[in-house]
Amino acid sequence: MAELTMVSAVCQALGRALEDDKDVVLLGEDVGVNGGVFRATEGLQEIYGADRVIDTPLAEAGIGGVTVGMAAAGLKPVAEFQFLGFIYSAFDQIISHVARLRNRTRGRLSCPLVIRAPYGGGIHGPEHHSESTEAIFAHIPGLRVVIPSSPLRAYGLLLAAIRNPDPVMFLEPKRIYRTVKQEVPDDGEALPLDLCFVLREGSDVTLVSWGAAVAETLAAAETLAGMGIEAEVIDVATLTPLDMPTILSSVEKTGRCVIVHEAPYTGGFGAEIAARLAEKGLLHLLSPVLRVTGYDTVIPYAKNEHRYLVSEKRIIDAVRRTVAFPEEP
Amino acid sequence: MTDLDIPYTRYLDPEGEVTTELPAFAQDQSKLIELYRRMTFARRYDGKLTAMQRTGRIPSYAPELGEEAVRVGYATAMKKEDVLLGTYRDTAAMIVRGVTIDEDLMFWGGDERGNVYAGPAEDFPLTTPIATQTTQAVGVAYAFKLRGEKRVAVTTIGDGGSSKGDFYEAMNFAGAWHVPVVFIIINNQWAISMPRERQSAAKTLAQKGLAVGIPGEQVDGNDVIAVHDVVSRALEKARSGGGPTVVEVITYRLTDHSTADDASRYRDPDEVSAHWKNEPLIRLRTYLSESQAWNKEDEENLITTIDQEIEDGIAEYEAQEELPPEAMFDHMFAELPTDLKDQREAVMAEFSNSEENGHG
Repeated sequence: MAELTMVSAVCQALGRALEDDKDVVLLGEDVGVNGGVFRATEGLQEIYGADRVIDTPLAEAGIGGVTVGMAAAGLKPVAEFQFLGFIYSAFDQIISHVARLRNRTRGRLSCPLVIRAPYGGGIHGPEHHSESTEAIFAHIPGLRVVIPSSPLRAYGLLLAAIRNPDPVMFLEPKRIYRTVKQEVPDDGEALPLDLCFVLREGSDVTLVSWGAAVAETLAAAETLAGMGIEAEVIDVATLTPLDMPTILSSVEKTGRCVIVHEAPYTGGFGAEIAARLAEKGLLHLLSPVLRVTGYDTVIPYAKNEHRYLVSEKRIIDAVRRTVAFPEEP
Repeated sequence: MTDLDIPYTRYLDPEGEVTTELPAFAQDQSKLIELYRRMTFARRYDGKLTAMQRTGRIPSYAPELGEEAVRVGYATAMKKEDVLLGTYRDTAAMIVRGVTIDEDLMFWGGDERGNVYAGPAEDFPLTTPIATQTTQAVGVAYAFKLRGEKRVAVTTIGDGGSSKGDFYEAMNFAGAWHVPVVFIIINNQWAISMPRERQSAAKTLAQKGLAVGIPGEQVDGNDVIAVHDVVSRALEKARSGGGPTVVEVITYRLTDHSTADDASRYRDPDEVSAHWKNEPLIRLRTYLSESQAWNKEDEENLITTIDQEIEDGIAEYEAQEELPPEAMFDHMFAELPTDLKDQREAVMAEFSNSEENGHG
């Protein structure tokens, strides 16, 4: 079996969904003939036709609106926004309609759609191509926010998102689109939404992360093992609704937690997890919950962005502080 | 290449005189009486809702006084299987589409069950964020086209709403995709306090369609025959694969923007008085009376029947049991995620012994 990158695994899942369900349509700018700017839809229009793999005019608010209409009218649209930084014109649709249609009609109409968007830094993109604004969507009731961190999880979670009867924001960390290859069988098996994945077991500290930062988090865990610190690594995967029990039971075991995300510090989704640990896990904590995050700055242009992205070193430093607490490491 | 002309259609002038030979459907006086009956309902119901807001029985309402021919005209042109994506000022159209009085009152009264239409089950709920419904209509129309269904999506927008980028994007998508959608711009001359001439330098709003390759038409929106006729033709064109149309319906908002608005702050009352002579009911009534198809007794009977129908609907609305507090969680998702269950239970616990909900 050929090994796939994450972006190829996304493409494989989209092809599987188109094959299995005639109501599935893909739409977005350049997704058809060109196969998407990252090639996430490569070759699909040739197989499934221009009526189901639809090139749209260059208009993000419009893409948001037609996607809502398609979903409410019985299709299962998967819309691609080329970069998360371009999605803001569609906010009105996402916040005012996608997240609310089922609720405001008490289930008479619904929005079974997936909005895909590559996000995050680290590929030396131009301005507005590198932001991590997942927390904005996580704050909106009615949205599911799902972020894969490997080819296998991209395939399984995207299939689950498409089959889900409710809207899903599927944010793809593009820095790892092509950094890792895995065997990804095209077996049509979805992975569960609304559950965290425990990627590594450990007893000394819980590292909670998602998206591209999972790579540095896992690397840090390996390095820490060499220093005698066993880290448990959790990939949150579905930010909302949050699987707090998995995180909480890990922290009950380890007594320490470091949350790692690429997005800015203030109001990042790590703050939500830290707050819930304070509410529900305080008596199990041996040290303060720490966060390793991006800064409250605009993500720098290409030349300086590597100094913004979370590094293995920063994660290790945070873990050493939490393990040494109340002493300085 | 689209014809750059913007045709204008009117059959009945404000005095009830026929200015152009009536279209075929309007040769049948029973059809015209039906339109008149529905417009009269809209007028009486609108007045009732406004009064109910004033007396605190509903929190807000967007009145339609003077615009009855628009909603009755286009909604009666639609087929049951078509889908309507309207604005908050389309109440009269929703009633024509089969939304019941008690459903509508629940919506204006502040209860989401008002959007659970037993009748037009695929129509969208009335939309507040301006112009967002127009792109959605294109998506609905795309689904119809993909499945080969002979159905049309109809969406409305105001003169103010036609300034929004969403509306342009919607028309552009519709033209590029050639989908069965009809855009109805309800130009009532005022977007809250902004008059039409300051809203856009475009000579007509219908011509906005021309920029994206969609034909545009203007209609006398106070002539229900003209509205019904022009929208019927646009619908049939869309249904038979002829693509979208932009119809600008020209009417006048005879009252405030909403029950929270006071139009006397920005609008000359003399302007409003002058427009009363153009209002849509009187011209059709004059025409029917002069054709010996309607008399004073018919009018009195109609009003008695309508008022009773409205009172029955209000009684049904007021007899509804309120939703329990935890109902806010019922339809957030198809199935309530585990993560929300604690919050739902907290709401139930907070109100379980409260005098407020009477469960204690």
